[in-house]
Amino acid sequence: MKNDSFVITIKKLNKWYGSFHALKDIDLNVALGERIVICGPSGSGKSTLIRCINSLEQHNSGTIVVDGREMIDSKAVHAIRAEVGMVFQQFNLFPHLTILQNLTLGPMKARGLSRAEAEDRAMTYLERVRIPDQAQKKPAALSGGQQQRVAIARSLCMEPKIMLFDEPTSALDPEMISEVLDVIVDLAEDGMTMICVTHEMGFARRAADRMIFMDYGEVIETGPPNEFFDAPKSERCKLFLSQILQH
Amino acid sequence: MNLKIIVAISAVLLLSGCGSSGAWGWYVIDPRTATGQENIYFLVSGFWATIQLSVIAAFISMILGLVIALPGMSSNRWVRLPPRVYVEFVRAIPLLPMLFWVFYGLPVILQSLGININIDAFWGAIITLAVSDSAFTAEIYRSGIQSINKGQTEAAKTIGLNYRQTMRYVILPQAIRRILPPLANQFIYIVKMSAFASVIGMQELTRRANELVVTEYRPLEIYTLLVFEYLVLVLVISFFVRSLERKMGSDESR
Repeated sequence: MKNDSFVITIKKLNKWYGSFHALKDIDLNVALGERIVICGPSGSGKSTLIRCINSLEQHNSGTIVVDGREMIDSKAVHAIRAEVGMVFQQFNLFPHLTILQNLTLGPMKARGLSRAEAEDRAMTYLERVRIPDQAQKKPAALSGGQQQRVAIARSLCMEPKIMLFDEPTSALDPEMISEVLDVIVDLAEDGMTMICVTHEMGFARRAADRMIFMDYGEVIETGPPNEFFDAPKSERCKLFLSQILQH
Repeated sequence: MNLKIIVAISAVLLLSGCGSSGAWGWYVIDPRTATGQENIYFLVSGFWATIQLSVIAAFISMILGLVIALPGMSSNRWVRLPPRVYVEFVRAIPLLPMLFWVFYGLPVILQSLGININIDAFWGAIITLAVSDSAFTAEIYRSGIQSINKGQTEAAKTIGLNYRQTMRYVILPQAIRRILPPLANQFIYIVKMSAFASVIGMQELTRRANELVVTEYRPLEIYTLLVFEYLVLVLVISFFVRSLERKMGSDESR
């Protein structure tokens, strides 16, 4: 397969925090429209990996090519970030702005849209995540699930080609997890390219094309969800799955 | 509430002082006599210079502080180094020696460089107050900005904002609420430190009190009035700051 059929190409990626080797020779190709779920024990490097894709972490060696652009200088980083949306575990909404302002800030300041265009777009995506009625409130007035849906809408307002989710439901109360996952599944069904770090295995079965299991900074196992869950090959992956599926 | 307590305590102190007739001689600033009025007017007219001095110095210091604080937080150590050195250096110099250096020393250096700028007492005091204060203002900005969760910067990056936009629309509006109370504190400090300008001949509150003491020889009454002049000034500032804080929502518990 030719390189340019992939929207993300990662080769021999290495990342150290001091002497701690967080990512070890990671290779990863993501096709356009592919939905990938990454799981693994904490400290295995899954968050670090997706944070490298939009340069929130700088890698030490190896190459990252996103949408045909290699991440080499700040100009490339800026261009890549424009194509990559990210949703954080802690939502990271801007608490001093209303929901609507949270959504319009990027399109207006980074994309140069007019206020009317940006608000139009914001309302479209707020409807998509099913909370258009909360537009004038401040984030603190919303529940965790609603805040995370706003965060997803905020990313979508930039109309990215790729969405990264960094444990989007880990900070949520249990009863709010499904409302957020439903929105992500919706996106997946619409063909959005996405990489999602999560331990929600039911969601992974529903939404993922491919599972990746990481441990100690390495990709240990990868495959389609059915094979991955029903017949894991590596011992570490079997152990991990048995631990998280037990309860 | 606080104001009432302060006024009450002050009144008690003042009245008890008036009562012990031996030590006090209020005639020197007695508003019922012509000389008393003249003296009061002489002392109180120092307010304008003190206020001018403090406000201009604080304004410069606030801008200078931000210009120093922002590169001081850079991830590039060579960008970070000069502002850090500035802060450490300026913070270490006591105000009075710096005032002498700026007033008596700086013109000599400027002259040797062929720059003929006369630094009068007013601008000498302003430069000194602003520079010496800017190191502290910079640290106030830094702590305020760094107290904002790193996730905010990251989220701003992911929606395509550059550094300037991130600061302007995301970080500073949140940081300002936390910066305002210590900044106001610092302004009060400037008001009080402006008294040092008296030693280079600036005609502000303290200088005027000193001059009157020399001619009238009633230090107790004149300096008591001086203390109250500063007290009034600072209380008025506090009052304005409180209302500003309420408006900006500095009290995050609400």
